Amino acid sequence: MAVGIIGYGAYVPRYRIKAEEIAAQWGDDPEVIKRGLLLYEKTVPNQDEDTVTIAYQAAKYALVRAGIDPREIGAIYIGSESHPYAVKPSGTIVAEALGMTPEIHIADYEFACKAGAEAMFVCYSHVKSGNMRYAMAIGADTSQGAPADALEYSAAAGGSAFIFGADEDKIIAEVLYTYSFTTDTPDFWRREHEMYPQHGGRFTGEPAYFKHVVSAGRNIMEMAGLTAKDIQWAVFHMPNGKFPLRAGQKLGFKKEQIEPGWVVPWQGNTYSGASPNGLTATLDSAAKPGDLILMVSFGSGAGSDSFIFRVTERINEVRDMVPKLWDLIHGRKFYLTYGQYAKFRGKIHLNPDV
Amino acid sequence: MIVPRHYKEMPQRYRLQGNRCKACGKVFLPPRLVCPCGSEDLEDYSLSWKGKILSYTIIRTPPTQFKYQKPYAVAIVELEGGGTVQCQVTDTSLEEVEIGKEVEIVFRKIFSEGEAGIHCYGYKCRVV
Amino acid sequence: MRDVAVIGIGITKFGELWWQNLRELYVEAALKAIKDAGVDHLDSMYVGCMTSGLFCAQEHLGSLMADYLGQKHLPAYRIESACASGGLAFRLGYIEVASGMSDIVLVGGVEKMLTGADATFALASAADQEYEAFHGNTFPGLYAMIAKAHMTKYGTTREQMAAVAVKSHDNGSKNPNAQFPLKISKEMVLNATPVADPLGLFDCSPVSDGAAAVILCPVELAKKYTDTIIKVIGSGAATSTIALHQRDDITFLDAVYQAGKRAYEVAGLKPEDIDFAEVHDCFTIAEICCIEALGFCEVGQGGPFSEAGNTALDGKVPINTSGGLKSKGHPVGATGVAQIVELVEQLRGSAGERQVKNAKRGLAQNMGGSGGSSVVHILEVQ
Repeated sequence: MAVGIIGYGAYVPRYRIKAEEIAAQWGDDPEVIKRGLLLYEKTVPNQDEDTVTIAYQAAKYALVRAGIDPREIGAIYIGSESHPYAVKPSGTIVAEALGMTPEIHIADYEFACKAGAEAMFVCYSHVKSGNMRYAMAIGADTSQGAPADALEYSAAAGGSAFIFGADEDKIIAEVLYTYSFTTDTPDFWRREHEMYPQHGGRFTGEPAYFKHVVSAGRNIMEMAGLTAKDIQWAVFHMPNGKFPLRAGQKLGFKKEQIEPGWVVPWQGNTYSGASPNGLTATLDSAAKPGDLILMVSFGSGAGSDSFIFRVTERINEVRDMVPKLWDLIHGRKFYLTYGQYAKFRGKIHLNPDV
Repeated sequence: MIVPRHYKEMPQRYRLQGNRCKACGKVFLPPRLVCPCGSEDLEDYSLSWKGKILSYTIIRTPPTQFKYQKPYAVAIVELEGGGTVQCQVTDTSLEEVEIGKEVEIVFRKIFSEGEAGIHCYGYKCRVV
Repeated sequence: MRDVAVIGIGITKFGELWWQNLRELYVEAALKAIKDAGVDHLDSMYVGCMTSGLFCAQEHLGSLMADYLGQKHLPAYRIESACASGGLAFRLGYIEVASGMSDIVLVGGVEKMLTGADATFALASAADQEYEAFHGNTFPGLYAMIAKAHMTKYGTTREQMAAVAVKSHDNGSKNPNAQFPLKISKEMVLNATPVADPLGLFDCSPVSDGAAAVILCPVELAKKYTDTIIKVIGSGAATSTIALHQRDDITFLDAVYQAGKRAYEVAGLKPEDIDFAEVHDCFTIAEICCIEALGFCEVGQGGPFSEAGNTALDGKVPINTSGGLKSKGHPVGATGVAQIVELVEQLRGSAGERQVKNAKRGLAQNMGGSGGSSVVHILEVQ
């Protein structure tokens, strides 16, 4: 039985901050950031946006492309490291707003930047097992990097939603293989009640990102008996512009195979929505019927889930139904000053109301 | 504590669930039990997520709950297929807000209740 | 129904009255009215107040005010219709006397707004809380939307609105009880701090403390107390949608029109028979829309009509001789009663510097919310 994505959608906010603006605040050289990390600007959520509203909009677009009754969806899983509540699910709000309640299974996931991909993994498994007809996975975040930290140049807002199903006539991208590679590697974390995450600096590179991403990529390709030449497009988790290109290189991919989903230089790292947005951007632009797409997520802590998809004819029918991610990234946008950005992101200490 | 009041309005705020008079066709959000035309025969109706601005203002002295959002635009929006709502105009520069402008309804956080209360979500609009 | 007269009036200074609380304001105005009328007892009392609960955490005003007025056991009612609370209280007092149920009735209005409470939030409770206030709109915002639509539909200008404020302050400068008894210029209005576009600070009435009271009795009985009989010859009240966006035409205040129409019918009069009027100018655009709805000028022409000086003290129909809500101040629950106080002053010929010549008939129009309710009264000196 073929199981795959039958609807997908992505959303990023209209607000942006440029690397130059952040660099000017902290006395950094913007050229070093732009050249070294390949990060030019990033999305910033409006004051009225959060993981819930981003997830909602991506899910709404996914439903349009799927063309199904929201009440037929058996589960909604939102992966994020910036759920608006520490206790109270994001998924219930999105499901209620989209008319999916009450007969639905809901859970919020968290695994640093991998939470969206693991929601995809579980949704796929539900459908494959016959447990439910459709299941929706969302990766969305409004991530925060600490002021003056390198992460401040990357931590962005956005996300993608995917509806999994087994209706032959609806599948846009069939899941051919899945694979997971996970160890206990404390490269990045945020303790309870802390506003910003901590990270291990260069420790986040080889022992964390590259070890997991390259292993998950290599092993799934071996499992499938495929090489980088057999796969048209590749999406790797994008903490910055450089890492996914290097991971791809190690696995034998050319930059051109990565570029359709390489949104990070203009979008930033949307964390749980990073590799999902890479997949959406690839489906929205380069993917043709019959193409294979490798997607490898990465979540600090650490683990990678990888997928190989085969694109179907249906991509041509659904692609233009809703706004495409690249158009949202390069479309109408408003640039913020650092002061406005600090206000939007709650970085300013405010006087409590009495 | 706004929870029970907000909970009651969720179908309207989340999904624009209103109703329509079967006698005169007028559309209402929130739904009404009696139409001003006198009819009590109304049917469920979900309002459209597209419309245009009938009038607007820019709030520069907001109530406490909105004080960090100022300045912001509030508009009366006439929706395609009937019904009007009043809501904020988001994701739009204030200079762009004009009578007659086409807008789409979006799902946003309207405000959070204090430092520790719930987030109240609902509809806003933005210029297409 | 019996004919009813106003035989006593009392009013406090309007403004930031830090040394008077809610009950003291009310009692001051009420005692002045009782003394002015010369009555030795009351049969019943109506207290108009919008939201003492939000401003002072105090409800149950009938009991509180009767108690502190030294009128234990007096039947007393608290009336609320947002900013039209005072006007509506007056209508109910009028009905009680007219019906024959009571002879001497005190109608008071009061609001204590400077209490540290968020006035914008408290006043927004007069709007549709779940469908207007929830979205962050405010009262200046609602009237600003009316103004934008009026400007678009009729070509009304900010200068015309400013002329309303300038005129009201001219009148208010002659009223010793006014909160802002100062003259202002058109430039001051146009350049004032923006509040809700297109309205600036000087397009808005202020936040005020204050109280006003009047005594009503049957005309037959009034002759015992005074030679100047001021009779209530028309009364009308009406409502409209509470939410502005549900109104068919937001530029037309249909509740004001309906209330006016009913009052004119009761009095057997037309707008041109009115010598002067107090109208509910919570914002400059509100005065423009009110004079249109009351028929003092054509619909859509309130702006040019005002700018041409027709509403000035020596104009065709003087509007808001007291300074209006704009200059006199707007303690919301007191406003409707204060309008009656001004009418009586004018009809008695005791309005001093702001006296309208040959004032025989005056109209008072009070309004709640963005026009969700309105009350109109016409008084005539016999």
